[in-house]
Parts: sequence; structure tokens; C-alpha cells
Amino acid sequence: MPDPLLPPPLRSESMTLNLGPQHPSTHGVLRLVLELDGETILRATPDIGYLHTGIEKNAEKLFYSQVIPLTDRIDYVAPLSNNLVYCLAVEKLLQLEVPPRAQWIRVLLTELTRINNHLVWLGTCALEIGAMSIFLYCFREREEILKVFEAVSGQRMMCSYFRIGGLAGPIPLDFHHQLDLLLKILPERFDEYEELLSQNRIWLGRTRGVGVLTPEDALAYSISGPNLRASGIAHDLRKAEPYSGYENFDFDVPVRQEGDVYARYLVRMEEMRQSVRIIHQALEGLPEGPFIANAPGIVLPDRDTMKTQMEALIFHFKLVVDGFAPPAGEVYLPIESPKGELGCYLVSDGSPRPWRMRWRGPSLLNVQVLSKLLPGHMIADAIAIIASIDFVLGEVDR
Amino acid sequence: MTCPSELADRLVIRKLQSFHPRALQAASEFRGQLIGVVSAALIRDICDFLRSDPELRFDFLVDLTAVDRYPVEPRFEIVYLLRSMKTGQRLCLKAPLTGKDPRIDSLVPLWPAADMLEREVFDLFGVHFTGHPGLRRIQMPDDWQGHPLRKDYPLEGDR
Repeated sequence: MPDPLLPPPLRSESMTLNLGPQHPSTHGVLRLVLELDGETILRATPDIGYLHTGIEKNAEKLFYSQVIPLTDRIDYVAPLSNNLVYCLAVEKLLQLEVPPRAQWIRVLLTELTRINNHLVWLGTCALEIGAMSIFLYCFREREEILKVFEAVSGQRMMCSYFRIGGLAGPIPLDFHHQLDLLLKILPERFDEYEELLSQNRIWLGRTRGVGVLTPEDALAYSISGPNLRASGIAHDLRKAEPYSGYENFDFDVPVRQEGDVYARYLVRMEEMRQSVRIIHQALEGLPEGPFIANAPGIVLPDRDTMKTQMEALIFHFKLVVDGFAPPAGEVYLPIESPKGELGCYLVSDGSPRPWRMRWRGPSLLNVQVLSKLLPGHMIADAIAIIASIDFVLGEVDR
Repeated sequence: MTCPSELADRLVIRKLQSFHPRALQAASEFRGQLIGVVSAALIRDICDFLRSDPELRFDFLVDLTAVDRYPVEPRFEIVYLLRSMKTGQRLCLKAPLTGKDPRIDSLVPLWPAADMLEREVFDLFGVHFTGHPGLRRIQMPDDWQGHPLRKDYPLEGDR
């Protein structure tokens, strides 16, 4: 019988808490339903879908070349990587050879995109853990990268600069000069960030041993890219299945064994330095030649030929009105995007419009693994883990 | 089974045929990518076999999606893209399903990654995954009618 002099025993039950969709650390519109015991997370269920824009459905009604601007809008932090994977997939379907100069510039710009993506990641991740100034520094450097994108493509974010067969136009005349300035400041700035964070006791306390992803779990949850490499698996598609001439570049693939938030931070910092290395090599070895393949019927003729040659004018008209029809078949083409394995699965039925375009983005799988990573952690750690995993909601929902 | 002779001696094809006589229905290669049409009824056993076979080790589920071939029957193809972390090889499996009550075994017991991918196929194509722990819509609202990526679902206008 309970002692009447003592208070009745405390009845405890778990509490359900919605994290998001308005919470600033959920980067847009991700909702996490957390089941809590006090401040400890028992279960986490990600809820996505607020940003579904039907890009895969829209692509089925467009000519192959009209899909390119849609791809920018999927992962709007790394638009050129999206352009690249789509163009490579269509080129694989067509068996179209891309001139070396275009390949080099593609590599150069997608590596800049990687730095751009990692800067946004680092800035927001640090901001959420409490380091406000890093966010401002990262966005200051990102601005310089966006200026290069603007000079090249006319757009800061939605570049749509790659075309099936090559590039939309030649690079600007002062491109080398602009990049030289950028490449000079970037490594110094990376040092600056690392000085502020890598040995910082608060940063170490918030990130070390937090959100450990084991290599077995990483594979079971189909995690790729920097998150996989931070869990001790050295897999990089640029090395494993080189595309766009990556086999000609010399770079290292950073790997860490710990699998925690700190490891994911260190891997991305080193990746930015390796990207600078690749950009240097691409600039020095930039081959001369055309920026787009000579493939009448697939690639638009340039304006001068179009105005002087009858055939070019016909090709131009036919391409704009009818598009081009690749052979029936299906291809899957993966690249190493800043967030992980980005793949485009294209099914062609022999008509000028894709029968099906499937976008295999790393973000959806990165969000999914949160349900594995969060349980057992405190809410404050949840914020650090969400920030460290790197996803963009546009790509999660498409 | 329809299989071009130059593919017949590939390891994965031989293994699949010896695993179950009805496992592999057809095989082809397009742009260097091996595509196997497999029996939908056996999909979980086939994937389990491919994943655990010590020589093949297709242990990474790259992607899981569907293609609607409307009005051709069998209408749906459930597409499984696998990769072996050991050998680096890729494999594309396609499991055909008819348009009337399309159902297939869930792969969540093999790969937890399949959870959201299967929910997406369920939401956008209306394919049911047997044994999935929480099969509900993921991108469209819960009360949505129809499955948008089906070919008989119009892009604009009345549904």
C-alpha cells in the first residue's frame, strides 16, 4: 500500500513537439515531429512535401533542351551541378561528345559551385550552433563566387549555363583575371574560418561525438557524398566513375572516421581546399577550341552562321519548333554533387520529350537519415545534427 | 527468357538464373548499363540475394522509382538502381506491374533507405508496397485525389 504521507508517484509520458516548418534551423519548410522524454528525443519523423513543385511531371511536357532551366530550381544552392547532371544524361542518351574546353569549364564551374554550396552550408551550420560572424564571412565570400557566375552566365543563382553538347556561350574575356583574384583570397579565408572554429571549445563541445553516423548505417540509408566520407568510407564518384574529364585532375578525397558533426565539418572544409586545387589546374590547362559540340540537329547553330547559311537557319527553326528526338532507351547518370550522389534517370521513347525524368537527389536521403540520427540526443544537439547533414528542401520535394 | 547471347555469360545474369528459374525475365544493355527485367513477385528475394551474395554484393540502393508505360500493359515498371560498394558495378532492375491494383513487396526490411522512396512512388504513381511500415502520401497533401506522375493524370486542366 502506498505511504499516505508521501506524494503520489510522478506519472510521466512522452511529449510530441513540432520542430518546424517555421523553425529557422530547418532551412525552409521541413517539419520534424519529435517525441520527447523531457529534453531527450525518443523518435523523430521528418515530414516533407511543402515545396513539391512537380518538376519531374513538368519535364515530361518539354523538349529535352527546355528542361535545363527547371533543373536549376531543384537544388538552388548548387544550380550548375544540376545543369551538369542533366546535360550529361542527355549526352549519354545521344552519345554526344563534348569538346574538351567545355568539359574543363564545366569542371571548373561545378567546383566553384561546390565551394559556394559548402560556404552556404558552413555559414548556416555555424549560425545555428551560435557563431553569427562565420555566417556573415561565408556569405561575403559566396558573393564573390556569385559575381563570377553572373559574369559567365548573366545570372547569379539560376545560371542555366550548360547546354546539351557544351556551354551556352564563351567565357568572358576577363574570366582568368576575375578567378585569379578569387582563388587568391579563398584559401586565406578558409584558414580564417578554421582559426575561428576548429579549435574553438564551444564548437568542439557542440560538434564532437554528436550525431554519429556509423558506416553500416550510412550505407543502409543510402547516404553519399561528404556525409559518407565523414563516416569513414572513401567513396567519391569523381574518382570512382569519372565524368566530364575528372580523370585528368589531381585531387585528394578527404575522409574522416568519426562520423560525427565535427567530422562532417572537417571533410567539407578540406573539400573546399581541394576544389580550389582543381580550379587552379582547370585554369592552367584550359584547352582551346569550341565551347559547344558541332552537332547539327541537336545544338543550335550560332547566330552568325544562322544569318548567312540557309541550312543553319533551317536547323535552327526545326530545333526550336520540333526539338530533337534521342533513340528510345534509358540511362542513369550520377555525378558527385556537393551534397552527394546526384543522379538523373532518363527514359526516352524516341520522341522529342523525355518520357520520364527522375531526379535522384541526395537531399531526400539525407533528410531521411535524421530519423536514425536524432533519437537519444537532446533538442539542442538536434539543431546541430540537422545543420550538419546538408540538404536543400527544393531538392527534397522537387 | 530473352537475353542477347553476349550478355548470357555475365556473372550477375548467371547467378540470377541459378538463383531462381523465374527470377530473370529479360536482360539487355543500353549505353553500357545492364538492365534486368525481373519477376515482381520475387523482388524482395532477388534483392536480398543480390545484396548478400559474396561475389556480387549489390549492397547500396541508389534509387527506387517507377515508370508509367500507359497505355501499354503491364503498365508500371518499378525501377531499382543498385550499386556494389565492393566492385563498383551498377545494376538496373525493372519489375513490371499491371495497372489494375499494382502491388509489390516493400524493400524496407532490406534497406531502410527505401522507406521514403517507396512512399514517393506510392504517392505519385499509386503503387502499393506490401510490408511497408508507414505507407502514406509524402509530397501531395493527405487528402489528394489521384497520382500525379501517372500518364493519364493531366498536367493542367480538369482531372
